[in-house]
Amino acid sequence: MTYDCIIIGAGVSGSATARELSKYDLNVCVLEKGEDVCSGTSKANSAIVHAGFDAAEGSLMAKLNVEGNEMMGQLAEDLDIPFKRNGSLVVCIHEEEKGGLQDLYDRGIANGVKDMRILDKKELHEMEPNLSDQCCAALYAPTGGIICPFMLNIAMAENAAMNGVDFFFNTEAETLKRDEEGIWHIRTNNGEYKTKYVVNAAGIYSDVFHNMVADKKIHITPRRGDYCLLDKEMGGFVSKTIFPQPTKLGKGVLVSPTIHGNLIVGPTAIDIEDKEATATTAAGINDLIAKGGMYVDNLPIARKVITSFAGLRAHEDAHEFVIGEVKEAPGFIDCAGIESPGLTSSPAIGKMVAGIVCDLAKPEKKANWNGKRKGILNPSEMSVEERNELIKKEPAYGQIICRCESISEGEILDAMRRPLGARSLDGVKRRTRAGMGRCQAGFCSPRVMEIINRELGIPTEKITKSGGKSVIAPERTKAGKGGEA
Amino acid sequence: METRELTCIGCPMGCQITVQLEKGEVVSIEGNTCEKGDIYARKEVTDPTRIVTSTVVIKGGDKERLPVKTKSDIPKDKIFDVMKDIDAVTAEAPKKIGDVIIDNVAGTGVAVIATRNIGIE
Amino acid sequence: MLSYDIVIVGGGPAGLAAAVAAREAGTESILILERDHELGGILNQCIHNGFGLHTFKEELTGPEYAYRFMEQVFEKKIEYKLNTMVMDISADRVVTAMNKKDGMFEIQAGAVVLAMGCRERPRGALNIPGYRPAGIFSAGTAQRLVNIEGYMPGREVVILGSGDIGLIMARRMTLEGAKVKVVAELLPFSGGLKRNIVQCLDDFGIPLKLSHTVVDIEGKERVSAVTIAEVGPDMKPIPGTEERYTCDTLLLSCGLIPENELSKSAGVELSPVTSGPVVNESLETSIPGVFACGNVLHVHDLVDFVSEEAKKAGENASKYVQKTLASSDKESIKLVATEGARYTVPVTINTDRMDDLLTVRFRVGAVFQDSYVSVYFDDERIMHLKKRIMAPGEMEQVILQKKKLAEYPDLKTITIKIEKE
Repeated sequence: MTYDCIIIGAGVSGSATARELSKYDLNVCVLEKGEDVCSGTSKANSAIVHAGFDAAEGSLMAKLNVEGNEMMGQLAEDLDIPFKRNGSLVVCIHEEEKGGLQDLYDRGIANGVKDMRILDKKELHEMEPNLSDQCCAALYAPTGGIICPFMLNIAMAENAAMNGVDFFFNTEAETLKRDEEGIWHIRTNNGEYKTKYVVNAAGIYSDVFHNMVADKKIHITPRRGDYCLLDKEMGGFVSKTIFPQPTKLGKGVLVSPTIHGNLIVGPTAIDIEDKEATATTAAGINDLIAKGGMYVDNLPIARKVITSFAGLRAHEDAHEFVIGEVKEAPGFIDCAGIESPGLTSSPAIGKMVAGIVCDLAKPEKKANWNGKRKGILNPSEMSVEERNELIKKEPAYGQIICRCESISEGEILDAMRRPLGARSLDGVKRRTRAGMGRCQAGFCSPRVMEIINRELGIPTEKITKSGGKSVIAPERTKAGKGGEA
Repeated sequence: METRELTCIGCPMGCQITVQLEKGEVVSIEGNTCEKGDIYARKEVTDPTRIVTSTVVIKGGDKERLPVKTKSDIPKDKIFDVMKDIDAVTAEAPKKIGDVIIDNVAGTGVAVIATRNIGIE
Repeated sequence: MLSYDIVIVGGGPAGLAAAVAAREAGTESILILERDHELGGILNQCIHNGFGLHTFKEELTGPEYAYRFMEQVFEKKIEYKLNTMVMDISADRVVTAMNKKDGMFEIQAGAVVLAMGCRERPRGALNIPGYRPAGIFSAGTAQRLVNIEGYMPGREVVILGSGDIGLIMARRMTLEGAKVKVVAELLPFSGGLKRNIVQCLDDFGIPLKLSHTVVDIEGKERVSAVTIAEVGPDMKPIPGTEERYTCDTLLLSCGLIPENELSKSAGVELSPVTSGPVVNESLETSIPGVFACGNVLHVHDLVDFVSEEAKKAGENASKYVQKTLASSDKESIKLVATEGARYTVPVTINTDRMDDLLTVRFRVGAVFQDSYVSVYFDDERIMHLKKRIMAPGEMEQVILQKKKLAEYPDLKTITIKIEKE
């Protein structure tokens, strides 16, 4: 069959586009090389919904940032995912740099950011008592927020799937070309897919696909960002997202509570060549430990880290989102160079890209589109009575599997049973948080494996951390030694 | 004359003991700082033994592996022969602590016994 | 609301011994809450031998040792609930728990014994750089997979940390056919028993590299290599000393942390040194009627000492509910650990409430040879015990006599320190 539209990449941009397109009478599919949605850049970032004062005035980045930020509240409600406008602070530590805050403020106003204020030292310290004394002023943007990037990505994809979009995982687009009739042929490791329109949402690889079809080449540099995630004990250390004043390389090392109550410190910004090099380095982690403590007093980063990770931002040389149809390749629509504020912008990106597809395809709206999605239950927010009702109906909600995050078997089963359900330990983790706590899955991983085996029928020896060759326990003891009667 | 270097396991000191042997007989022991070290070194160079613990496959039980141990010490150089027998055996549930799983493991004359109870599935 | 005289949180070695002791001390109404599907706790996966020399005068494996106590629990018909997670403990001893059958339920406890044990330090907490592939396990998780579930985590193994679990797993994996390439230890000495170094590493020719740590983990999907390097006195890797090992598995045995989330939610005061509750001579925490024992209190080296300590906690909990635990307004004596001694358990002693003999447990912070454990009553040195060797991996103890303390009615502070002479 020939699809109306194929989206390459099930990251946050691809999934947002898929969800927008699912409103229309179109055959849409998403090709994802990973075993799950949210397997690339979307899974490793600051998890911040930026207010929008950073991006250059008049840029697409600025426009989509502010739009995305405005859309996020309703979207989070529709998709039943947690989102909080905790507010952002850009803090200044040198009197003579206060002018920089004013510049940011002015840019924010030009970009359409609402309700910003510049705080003096007193106000600032009242708001954030743990800031170090040298912090003398700050730009406060109450519209800044925090969100779970996994849940946002997963929920958008899930909702798209509910509304008829096909997702093909472990399916890597390799090459693509357009035939005489204008149909795009995408060669993958799983055979050829045909489509009228292609959306290039390939993240760090989006330059590769663009350059296959476009005359004017783009170049994406993987810009690595290391992060440290701190124990929930430290989650209340600051209540707002604390940024230093920005530099050329980005917004700098922020310290922020996460939507789930941890504290995140990061990112570094290191330009690399290898598009797969998501390894953290000692230098990167040490840099965070040094910089993360700059604006906050006595933050014991090194002692309270529960995990560190690195993500790659898809940094295009022009530092601008590349969105639009490539003239010389009709039907090929770029959604490239999506780096920060990509997560924030994603709802607006999805809308814009889908708009371009619709302008070309001119589809009818679906009458029965359902933009609401029910999230996985969060029993810890229920009353004891509600919880007991639930356990009576579904006893699995009475069995805690992840002790650190208090995640029950019921939530894990739900994560596997819903559309685009989890099939790996990371899949379960990103949907439920089982394994994301302070013991980092030491306790629950054998238990989650047992549930995956029972529920999905995947032999335990084949269960993976995140698909591919990431098998956890590749063989049985005694195998082939006679004891396996 | 043969020289053997040992670490004493008697206490956290971990004395480095040097034993001189002549035709298998201990001639001298040096480096130990107490009587325990002497006893340990003599045994370790003439007749080193170990308890082996492992698991065996169990069928029809509420677990898939049954932990076992050699009922007493076996010669140290037989550890892998013992493991070969342990790996090759399949037990049937139920089993109780002390049940004999292998009568005479690797010709040592020592039995392999269950170290936990396993009920029927 | 359910009501029990004593609720014991955790059915591992500490919880079992506390329950048995409490029953023997005359308390009928006891409930053990265990989150796993069986009693015995971590001992069920510790299938190696070496347990029980102090308690039973014979060498048992973990499951055998646990069963000795389980048998008593069964015989004495002490109640327990399995697959039951305690969700909260309040300061007035209301225990909230949950399981599939009963749902979420509350129990008013006359006394609570905290016996939750400890957990392993994960990779993240060690700040080890590199990729995050499959194949990185804490030693205890690997032990569960191998010994209980019957799965091999991998074939070629590097182990970081020479604590006893790491050493035991080196042998265990070797016996199951894996190749353990090296054990790296950050410190200049091993925290494990000499016996384990000899019988788990030397027996199989596995090298132990002291003052080494992991500086890189390779492999996008599954571990493919691990690089270790020597560290200097500042614990920082020394450039140029890197050695790369191809392997598919990295096991981490880098320390245990008492698991005190519940204690914290109850408002129990914790020690920054042990991460366990601060307790008095009765092993009672800062909340009256809440006792603690075993690895949740401080990480032990031998399970025999866990049982011994738990027995005391069980007895005292029983006295508490029977109102025979003397109440006393007398000011408590403070115990202070200094100069080589890292902490003491207990931290305070009320002589009105102490037994004739009181065991004070502590650990040292470094290796000491031919040194003395000195006990000062205020400024006067009362005990001076020569020790050939003391190491951080082993728990030390001194025994205080009530009789002796009675001779010092104005005593404020007992100090334990390590002295060269």
